[in-house]
Amino acid sequence: MTSIHAPTAGRFVGQSIARTEDLRLVTGKGRYVDDVQLKGMLHAAFLRSDVARGRIAKIDTTAAAALPGVHHVLIGADLNPHAGLMIPSLFVDGSFGVVGPIRPLAGDDVRFVGDPIALVIADDRYVAEDACDLIEVDIEPLEPVVDWEHAAASSELVHPEQGTNVNMHMATEPSADLDAALASAASVVRETYYQHRYSTVPMETRGVVASWDAHSQHLEVWQSSQNPHEVRLAMSRTTGVPENRVRVHSGDVGGGFGQKSFCGKEELAVALAAKVLGLTVKWIEDRREDLIAGYHARQARADCMYAFDADHRIVAAGMAHLEDTGAYPLGGGASGPMACMHYPGPYKTPLLEWSSTVVWTNTCGRAAYRAPWQMESVAREQMIEHCARVLGVDPIDLRRINVLHREELPHTNPAGVLIENVSPLETLEAAADQIGYSAFRDEQAGLRADGVYRGIGTCLYIEPSPTALAAYANEPVHIRVQPDGHVDVFLGSGAHGQGLETTTAQLTAEFLGVDFGDVSVHQGDTESTPFGPGTGGSRSGPMIGATVLQAASGLKDKILRIAAHQLEAAVEDLTMEGGVVSVIGTPARTVALSDIATAAYHHSYLLPPGEEAGLEVVNRYMAPETIWSNACHMALVEVDTVTGRVDVLRYVVAEDCGKMINPMIVEGQISGGVVQGLGGVLYEENAYDESGNPLATTFLDYLLPSSTEVPDIEIVHLETPASTLGGFKGCGEGGAIGAPPAIFNAVCDALAPLGVHLTRQPLSPNAVVGALVAAGH
Amino acid sequence: MAERAISVQVNGRARRAVVEPRRTLADFLRDDCGLTGTHLGCEHGVCGACTVLVDGEAVRSCLMLAVGANGHDVTTVEGLTPPDGSLSPVQQAFRECHGLQCGFCTPGFVVSVTALLDEGAELTDEEMRDAISGNLCRCTGYQGIFAAVRRAEELRSVQSNGGTR
Repeated sequence: MTSIHAPTAGRFVGQSIARTEDLRLVTGKGRYVDDVQLKGMLHAAFLRSDVARGRIAKIDTTAAAALPGVHHVLIGADLNPHAGLMIPSLFVDGSFGVVGPIRPLAGDDVRFVGDPIALVIADDRYVAEDACDLIEVDIEPLEPVVDWEHAAASSELVHPEQGTNVNMHMATEPSADLDAALASAASVVRETYYQHRYSTVPMETRGVVASWDAHSQHLEVWQSSQNPHEVRLAMSRTTGVPENRVRVHSGDVGGGFGQKSFCGKEELAVALAAKVLGLTVKWIEDRREDLIAGYHARQARADCMYAFDADHRIVAAGMAHLEDTGAYPLGGGASGPMACMHYPGPYKTPLLEWSSTVVWTNTCGRAAYRAPWQMESVAREQMIEHCARVLGVDPIDLRRINVLHREELPHTNPAGVLIENVSPLETLEAAADQIGYSAFRDEQAGLRADGVYRGIGTCLYIEPSPTALAAYANEPVHIRVQPDGHVDVFLGSGAHGQGLETTTAQLTAEFLGVDFGDVSVHQGDTESTPFGPGTGGSRSGPMIGATVLQAASGLKDKILRIAAHQLEAAVEDLTMEGGVVSVIGTPARTVALSDIATAAYHHSYLLPPGEEAGLEVVNRYMAPETIWSNACHMALVEVDTVTGRVDVLRYVVAEDCGKMINPMIVEGQISGGVVQGLGGVLYEENAYDESGNPLATTFLDYLLPSSTEVPDIEIVHLETPASTLGGFKGCGEGGAIGAPPAIFNAVCDALAPLGVHLTRQPLSPNAVVGALVAAGH
Repeated sequence: MAERAISVQVNGRARRAVVEPRRTLADFLRDDCGLTGTHLGCEHGVCGACTVLVDGEAVRSCLMLAVGANGHDVTTVEGLTPPDGSLSPVQQAFRECHGLQCGFCTPGFVVSVTALLDEGAELTDEEMRDAISGNLCRCTGYQGIFAAVRRAEELRSVQSNGGTR
């Protein structure tokens, strides 16, 4: 990895400080959910449907229940009547789309391969899985809805209760202005792009341990989650146990990428069983379950339109978005409206028409995967390069003509989205410089003459952190200076690998004026941490950054007031660093934070008149509508026209995430996102056959990128601070936005002289060879 | 299923247990020995998160049965960790180079890279990437891991007189 940056940095903020959490993680002392061992703990396994759609004609659990070591075999009739609402908080009121009928276990029918039919609870997982094999189930198959492009018109219904396979449909009104613009446009280009089904695949699968104590009426849950407070809410709604009697712990979380943003139905089913039966039960998803039922993502079609004037300026754009959310989408499953409203991206686009259609099918449900709406950039950036080829201009020149300039900000796009504090033109030029774009174009023709097919592809995007959404609109922090001067910070978050313990300690040390090593950061326990919306949506950096700055500033003011009283100095003359307050210009006059804190808690008579005792604050920062970051990705690939293999030779990211808290962590987020996008566009696919059978059920079929498939990632940093406190922006999702279209475009660029036209992902060797054959090679 | 008595040397200590023949070495280490640093990412031998050393060789403990380890010497990530609170060169290098994020795959990488460097071969970049391709990471994009392997080589060469792993 190469990184080039000249960011502004403070003593702690802006520094690549090695992570605190690594000390336990590299030594094997992390505490993930499967590491939790409790007295009397039993183990659960699910029997899942191997039929995509059908009626359960018969189910016989006798033999399974009789197996030694088996405690309970539950079917829908046993568990479902006890279940309350199983919908994530964000979707309870229905304003973000319909979440299908969710039940712990199948009732009379099954609706996808992987649908849980029975739950076995046994002494250990080996026995629980043996018992699953002994359950006799007869399913009468029905015609499944698998062809998602025709699901809306199908007479077969995924959810008969809903009366339709259309989960949601929204569209802009017909516009005379748009009709006129199209009529007078110099050129109108239309193309349809497909993104395929791939998924989050964290290395740690989902898991839960749930324990119900009937005497204290207390439900205690350990869960691998990005959002422990949402788990608590969901567990409360499902089990009927009041929230203040549900305690959720999320320890170390082995990746989530959106899958663990909300509470899945298996975790809820296990907790409900623990509550109903009065047990302590662990369920750890295996990899097959994760691949067939652990939620999928991405699958969508975009019918795109761009209209240009004679100078290649965009006069109108359009996108009809269709997406498949499977049978039981997890909250956030429908991304269409956001994808459509952000489709104009960083380009001046006077007029926009869009429609979004979301359908149910008899397949695994959709979840919010790292930038769930990124079809806006996939469709737009692939379309821009296609338009450039149609118009006969270089794709980055077409971008230069249409990109928003800094002096044109703030800019409101035609969908009403306000864009500010971004630098798309600057990142485009920085990426082009870094990769040597002009020189490559000169070299490319010569290479082609030698039979070497190389291409460069670009993705220019702006990345929203959708901060003004329900519970996501505010971020808490609780900072307590202990009497000995050490600082505890409690987050309402649930980091799943982003290093929030480290970055929060950096922020606290910087803004409070204490040493990094004197700050301890806590998260994941709902009993001690403030209510918060967890990690996701690239929000933790900007939101935690702002709330810590706000909280620490208030606390520091109080510390200095107490110090001023004790030192008999004016507050304005004081400074604090390393936990010591001193008088500016008279460094010998000092008072230690430990003495101030001791006074604040133990000796109130030492405080200034009217000052409240104690030295702690719970703060809640309110977000603006959106915090934007932006980047330009450029991929240089070589395509083997015989085997169809795509090699990524170089990969450049020029990004602007505002002020960086820890550049090392920022670069880690970018690299990880890029490689997930690279895996998605080239290797990964949750494919189904026509009968609704999943074809990728192991890591031999679902191909993750390994160390031999990834390029060195070159990163250039630009810094345009956000208008929020601290000026921090999100960057967690960007890599996964930029990589699929950049690599797709590079392959298109490499093969363009051969007349190859691509519209679908993934670009597997078969797909590339198929496209070459279709072009007559 | 008839259970069998086994004796396995785990991190330098003899462990005796009675296990079902089908019990995996990974479950024996995690559940019977309480060594939860060994993680299970796929349970079918692809991801490498469960890698341990058996008689010094990197082995996937999800594919090996506990009975197969009877009479052998097993080292887990806990066994590679100095007891004094410091880090091994490979662990130190992963931390310095941001070779981990969520940390779930990390113990497997630490064990695999330790075994790789124990072989002592000088590796080109391509050979090094090939050598660690049996361990999957979903967070880092491998950039920090490549740097960590090189940094671990440096740290070990500095400490080679002391024989530190």
